[in-house]
Amino acid sequence: MNSLLESNVIFRNVYCFWAANPGNAEQCTPVGAVAVKDGLLPGGLEWLAYVMAGLSVILLIVNVYLVFAALYTYVDRRVLAKFQGRIGPNRVGPFGILQPLADGIKLMTKEDLVPAGADRWIFNLAPVVMMSSGILVLAVLPFGKDSFVVDLNIGILYVFAITGVNTLAMFMAGLASANRYAMFGGMRAVAQLISYEIPVVLSVVGIVMMAGTMSLVGIVEAQKVPFIFVQPLAFFVFIAGSSAEMNRSPFDQVEAEGEIIAGYHTEYSGMKFGVFQAAEFGAVLITSALIATLFLKGWEGPFLPSHVWFLLKLFFFAFIFIWIRATLPRLRIDQIMAYAWKFLLPLSLINIFVVAAEVLLLGDQITDSSGVSMDLTTSDMWIMAGINVVVAIVAVIGLAKITGMDARESTKVANVTRVIKGT
Amino acid sequence: MIVQDFLFGILSVVTVVSSILVIRLQNLFRAALMLVVAFGAIAGLFVLLNAEFLAVVQILVYVGAIAVLIIFGVLLTQELEIGNKSNSLWLPALIGSSMFLALMIFVVLDTDWSFMQNVVADDTMSKVGEVFTDTPSWLASVLLKEWVLAFEAVSLLLLAAIIGAIVLVKERDQ
Repeated sequence: MNSLLESNVIFRNVYCFWAANPGNAEQCTPVGAVAVKDGLLPGGLEWLAYVMAGLSVILLIVNVYLVFAALYTYVDRRVLAKFQGRIGPNRVGPFGILQPLADGIKLMTKEDLVPAGADRWIFNLAPVVMMSSGILVLAVLPFGKDSFVVDLNIGILYVFAITGVNTLAMFMAGLASANRYAMFGGMRAVAQLISYEIPVVLSVVGIVMMAGTMSLVGIVEAQKVPFIFVQPLAFFVFIAGSSAEMNRSPFDQVEAEGEIIAGYHTEYSGMKFGVFQAAEFGAVLITSALIATLFLKGWEGPFLPSHVWFLLKLFFFAFIFIWIRATLPRLRIDQIMAYAWKFLLPLSLINIFVVAAEVLLLGDQITDSSGVSMDLTTSDMWIMAGINVVVAIVAVIGLAKITGMDARESTKVANVTRVIKGT
Repeated sequence: MIVQDFLFGILSVVTVVSSILVIRLQNLFRAALMLVVAFGAIAGLFVLLNAEFLAVVQILVYVGAIAVLIIFGVLLTQELEIGNKSNSLWLPALIGSSMFLALMIFVVLDTDWSFMQNVVADDTMSKVGEVFTDTPSWLASVLLKEWVLAFEAVSLLLLAAIIGAIVLVKERDQ
């Protein structure tokens, strides 16, 4: 309870507004914004104020997340249209900015169909699971200096555990729909997401080694030099792997329109479809926030307030994801699997090995109450950055040559195998 | 403390009910999803014990990967809605599971649980608490210092199992 009161301003303000009394004057003095001496509730009801404060924080975060996800659908369509020389949605409101609202109203008023052969319970539960896994991640994301809900000491592991539930939601939707295309989508989702989870998780191991902690706040504070420079290889693996985990082009085999209609959510209509869409676009925002936190110092930056820096970095990576989507064509399913296992997995292992060796050689060992840890100075990190950029370039080009991931090479290999197999 | 007891009650009811449903449900897909519910409730019990690391690993491994693979395996082998037909192995299964249940009951009754409460003020308890609150670094130092040989042996065994699985499913005609 006390850690929340200390760390979260909104939580503290609401709590003190209701339950400030001489007993907790110490906690409620530094409020500032809400200068109440006595709370509205009588003494002994602090727990009620606590619950209300918690609900306020949850309501705020979840709503901001959903509004951002809705707006991101608009930004995605507009920017994609610019890339393709179109105009995009521009009719509803100024510049079409109210398009998400119109889409929402349309989806809510549509008929909500459940296919005849479907497993009704699981069919209805799948969008809920999908959405809740996105929302639960928000609990550990640091949005700015001292603004987070909880600072778990296993933060990054928690994020991977919760996002892993997405796989289950897609599989539930695919299997419960009683539709072959949906089932194919679900099965592709399982194959792809489980494969890409491995390189993504392994790419973060290097960061945990350098930061010496798994807490997201601790990782931001450990970045004397942004980790995007120190570990470019991990950044590459993470951004490629996570765009596959979000089923975005070039890895959108899970819902490839040309082959399996819309994949696992083929049969969904109305607001359930809307929930899937919101969860998918929200996942892009969460992944962008995660990349900003892990690789670009999170909320830290000069002059501007910390929240503004965080949002700027988040939008930058969200834009990068649209850019990737607009640029690269869709891969075949076998190419996607080969890319995860033959290319990204070895790269993340190389990254772990190089970073571990560098931390061991450059770091100074310090022993304190919490055990032994390695301390890296800013100059150590710049030396690592210099070495790792070279390692990254050599590793990517070399591995591409060896495994035939080079674009021209892979077409050649595919042609040769086709000739051998006689098709 | 009341909140903890209340949560423990809910989580244990959910665990027990969903475990029973795993066995009783005819639809294998739903049974597998009930298994996920049971895993999640057990993760909640771990959180109540201040073992957050274990809870998160439980969700990561069991809910995120193993449950999905179970559903996948069931899906590929037989019709989902028909369910498992009972066969002549029910008697050995009953004997085996009741022996396991007896073993668990014996362990629960035989353990000196008061030990944990008596040493609260003692130094041992603070060490136990340390292990639970900072599990990752504690695990790392134990696995990679004291038991490094056993750890490496286990990883070698796992590697052998993975290679074995690949060899088994490999195409023969090459």
